[in-house]
Amino acid sequence: MTVLLEMQGIGKSFPGVRALDQVNLTVEAGEIHAICGENGAGKSTLMKVLSGVYPVGSYDGEIRFDGAVLENRSIRDSEAKGIIIIHQELALVPLLSIAENVFIGNEIARKGVINWPAAFKKTEELLRKVGLNEAPGTLVGKLGVGKQQLIEIAKALAKDVRLLILDEPTAALQENDSQKLLDLMLELKAQGVTQIIISHKLNEISRVADRITVIRDGSTVSTIDRTEISEDRIIRDMVGRDMAHRYPDRVPNPGEVLLEVEGWNVWHPEQKDRQIIHNAGFHVRKGEIVGIAGLMGTGRTELAMSLFGRSYGRGHQGQVKMRGAVADVSTVEKAIAAGISYVTEDRKALGLILEEPILTNISLANLAGIALRGVLDKRREARVAEDYRKALAIRTPGVQQKVLNLSGGNQQKVVLSKWLFTDPQVLILDEPTRGIDVGAKYEIYTIMNDLAAQGRGVVMISSEMPELLGMCDRIYVMNEGRIVGELSRDEATQERIMAMILKTTGRAA
Amino acid sequence: MAEGKGLGAHLGGHLRENGMLVALVAIVFFFTLVVRMTIDVDFLSAQNITNLFLQNSYVIIMALGMLLVIVAGHIDLSVGSVAAFTGAVAATLTVTLGWPVIAVIPAVLVVGGLIGAAQGYWVAYWRIPSFIVTLAGMLVFRGLTLWLLGGQNIGPFPKSFQALSTGFIPDLFMVGKPNVTALVVVAIAALILIWLGLRARQRDAEFGIEPEPTGLFWVRNLIVSAALIFVGYKLASFRGLPNVVVVLTILTVLYAFFTENTTAGRRIYALGGNEKAAKLSGINTNRLVFLCFVNMGVLASLAGMIVTARLNSATPKAGTGFELDVIAAVFIGGASMTGGSGKIIGVVVGALIMGVMNNGMSILGIGIDYQQVIKGLVLLAAVIFDVYNKNK
Repeated sequence: MTVLLEMQGIGKSFPGVRALDQVNLTVEAGEIHAICGENGAGKSTLMKVLSGVYPVGSYDGEIRFDGAVLENRSIRDSEAKGIIIIHQELALVPLLSIAENVFIGNEIARKGVINWPAAFKKTEELLRKVGLNEAPGTLVGKLGVGKQQLIEIAKALAKDVRLLILDEPTAALQENDSQKLLDLMLELKAQGVTQIIISHKLNEISRVADRITVIRDGSTVSTIDRTEISEDRIIRDMVGRDMAHRYPDRVPNPGEVLLEVEGWNVWHPEQKDRQIIHNAGFHVRKGEIVGIAGLMGTGRTELAMSLFGRSYGRGHQGQVKMRGAVADVSTVEKAIAAGISYVTEDRKALGLILEEPILTNISLANLAGIALRGVLDKRREARVAEDYRKALAIRTPGVQQKVLNLSGGNQQKVVLSKWLFTDPQVLILDEPTRGIDVGAKYEIYTIMNDLAAQGRGVVMISSEMPELLGMCDRIYVMNEGRIVGELSRDEATQERIMAMILKTTGRAA
Repeated sequence: MAEGKGLGAHLGGHLRENGMLVALVAIVFFFTLVVRMTIDVDFLSAQNITNLFLQNSYVIIMALGMLLVIVAGHIDLSVGSVAAFTGAVAATLTVTLGWPVIAVIPAVLVVGGLIGAAQGYWVAYWRIPSFIVTLAGMLVFRGLTLWLLGGQNIGPFPKSFQALSTGFIPDLFMVGKPNVTALVVVAIAALILIWLGLRARQRDAEFGIEPEPTGLFWVRNLIVSAALIFVGYKLASFRGLPNVVVVLTILTVLYAFFTENTTAGRRIYALGGNEKAAKLSGINTNRLVFLCFVNMGVLASLAGMIVTARLNSATPKAGTGFELDVIAAVFIGGASMTGGSGKIIGVVVGALIMGVMNNGMSILGIGIDYQQVIKGLVLLAAVIFDVYNKNK
């Protein structure tokens, strides 16, 4: 076998974060190479380096493709060499036809005039190749995600692909669509197309991959041959890091049950018959920190948001109790009144008004708390903000600063202040430390511990398992919209959580 | 940091607010000078100042409502047609049906509110883009105006209705000329302004906000007070305070208070700044959008009545192009196209800038062709100035 791609000593830094460090990857011609790793391990960053999203010079190390040094200045450069990436979020234009999508930016044209008969004919050919039985004139928006995925592949084939990269191609697919896609990958391999697949579905990987490279914390851990592939080995390599940061000490002292959710079912907001949350049930006690573990896209955020005033989904079924009594959480206002707060995963898009100062952001969810008969008391507002600035150590010249100008950690503290000002009994924190540096993480953990010590219940959703293990008294494991297990602090290990997820993937009825 | 970073830095930071005021003053000076030199007429004569307010009152009134709509992240293109239609309704009720004025005014305001509700409903609860809904409204209500008036003008109105626009507050001190009431009111207004300014400064100091340099504060307030008293004196020496000015002032104060000091006002800014975050903070964003449009409808109907009263007849062509003047005033006043920012006082200054230019150019006999070009360029310049400042 000849080597098609060789990436050596790849490093990539973002302000404050070393995303990749000394990554080595060798892909042989004609193989399917899988890349595994936890969320945030650096898989996608690595592929962006390869495909020219990050141009040459913005990363360290060397890439050799087909024997020559590869220096991509843009995606166009890498595509010209035949390196084509299909992203997790599909890049199709729903209002254009299949043929138009397949040749978008790569039109069969003469002096800017498109030769449609040729394009349609070629599209038909490509569709046959990927096993999609649709007319080239069909609008892409009318097709399901599985078929759209195939069109992405057809689009790649239209460009004389030599190395096809699929970033979590089956994440959004139903089981039989996934199987079809995997079959297609094997078929393309037989035709000589080298492929890289990023996935953490081990059953899929062991079905198609010839070799697996495991990445952890931005570095290559190992490259495993097909013959050595075993779930245990992969799991160990994926999670086997030391506890990277320490967690503040806390003596748990759980009390009565605060929040109890039973038989919670939620459907997709647009696709009526697609159920997102299946019969979820969990509870949180006073003074307890409860974790919800799971991979991205397993419905953790959807669960939290649907509970918080039905901010996600439709057709909600199930019961929510606060302190044993049925609570009405049908609107955000009522959920807040019932004593629930939800700190969003995406604080910039969903949590903050970036152009507004700190103090108006803090008062936003509880304007009644700074107003008398609808008239704002701005002195009170400033005092409240000032109090939280001190209590949570928000580092800023003053509470009049726009939150836009704050660091991620300080922005997160502003969001926390906003919700603390509503005096919640239960706080649901969705990825509370995402995009925050290590020092600020520790501060957020400390705040969480304080909240528990005050007798509040804390629910922590996180993709970082060490963080859950370090912080939580109990951990629920979620997968594919279901709560598939519950582990106490003593039982919980990364291996156990991973095993719970992997063993229920694609196998739940 | 009590001493601050000095005058230059402060002016840089508050370029927008002060810049608008300076621009208004400069434009007034410019026209005073040019009008005097070219046709030897006093631009700041009592009559012309009175005219200025009468001519622009409806733009300012509608701009108050338009600011809320734009802050909420929407737009209302229908206000000109709605003003025309409600004016026609007022004419039909008063002239054709002989209703008493005291009943007509509330009835027309209700009609305006219903029109706003009808449009706001689609925007807020069906998420139909406001541009489309109100573009449709613009056509629909222009058509309904024509239909209701049968293509004719309806008038004249009884004196009591005309007083809406051309009436003046009688002199309570019975002096006549100069009108002492006008002088007293203006003097009190100036004092209140300074007092509010001082209070705000004190509060800023308490919050640790860097205060405006003391010198600048007084210079600014003295200029504003002097302008106010000058205008008051001029009005007093003519026919006194026009009713419209009183209505305008009350509305401006009310809306300024609403936007800056009430929970509902704050929520509209939050909604425009980040709708999703506002929603997730328990704010009923749909209802707020709906109410913004209802409010806009009410103000458009008030403006419609004032225009009708001024012309002393309802005409099918009334209010044509008003929406553009109103929207331009809001953007010149510093509101952001994407919503979430803009101040009432900025909008009023913006509307006055437009008004003074309209008036000045008309006096100078500049053709409508050039007027449009110049107004368009001023709008563009004001917004470019904003964007430039923001990116700096």
